[in-house]
Amino acid sequence: MPANNKKRRGCIVKQQLAGDEPVKLGIVVLEGPYQHEAADTAYNFAVAALEKGHEIFRIFFYHDGVNNATRLMVPPQDDRHIQQRWSELAEKHNLDLVVCVAAAQRRGIMDEEEQKRHGKDANNIAPGFRISGLGQLIEAGIQCDRLVFFGD
Amino acid sequence: MALLHTVNKSPYQCNTLESCLEHVGEGDVVLLIEDGVYAAVKGGKAAEMIARAQGVKICALSADVKARGLADKLVDGVEVVDYGGFVDLVTETDKTQAWL
Repeated sequence: MPANNKKRRGCIVKQQLAGDEPVKLGIVVLEGPYQHEAADTAYNFAVAALEKGHEIFRIFFYHDGVNNATRLMVPPQDDRHIQQRWSELAEKHNLDLVVCVAAAQRRGIMDEEEQKRHGKDANNIAPGFRISGLGQLIEAGIQCDRLVFFGD
Repeated sequence: MALLHTVNKSPYQCNTLESCLEHVGEGDVVLLIEDGVYAAVKGGKAAEMIARAQGVKICALSADVKARGLADKLVDGVEVVDYGGFVDLVTETDKTQAWL
């Protein structure tokens, strides 16, 4: 646990931050694209945070949120491309986009390693995303100054 | 310890905002996002509840307010913030609770 954390009201409270100080943020996306606004709100929040000079330690995709990570989505040309938007943001700012492995398996989100492991004929993970475990969410909770959830 | 509460449900859909307001503490901020912004409509179902919230700042996300055509229909005292303002609220408060 970082030394600057204080214990108050029986729970860990992160240190009070000065106004302009860059903050380490974690973002959790719990809903899939197009069905719910959460993926859009999370993206716009991430862009605004980066514009303000804050660090995004990790974006964790959980439950139906893992559907943000398929590179096979083909939305109409005049609509936003939610996956591509994440991938481009990740490339530009070197973001860590992590997909929960158990949620991904249930929904058919595969990388090459998972494809081999399960004997599947294809994979669909988009550039910039990686599949890993819930430990990555716990780590984000410990390492980040703030963890913000977007879901239904 | 000040908390930021985000509420993304319409008060016509469920009672998330009501539950939230029962738990807020002095100095907390409630940010209405997505369909949550319907709670801030003047004369609406939750307008009175919002006006009654003492010692709590109520904000609404401008993009979601505009997307629903509510810009000139909000309860007095509700502060409209953009995504940059959302980020500031997250960093200025001690933690963020999403009422999902």
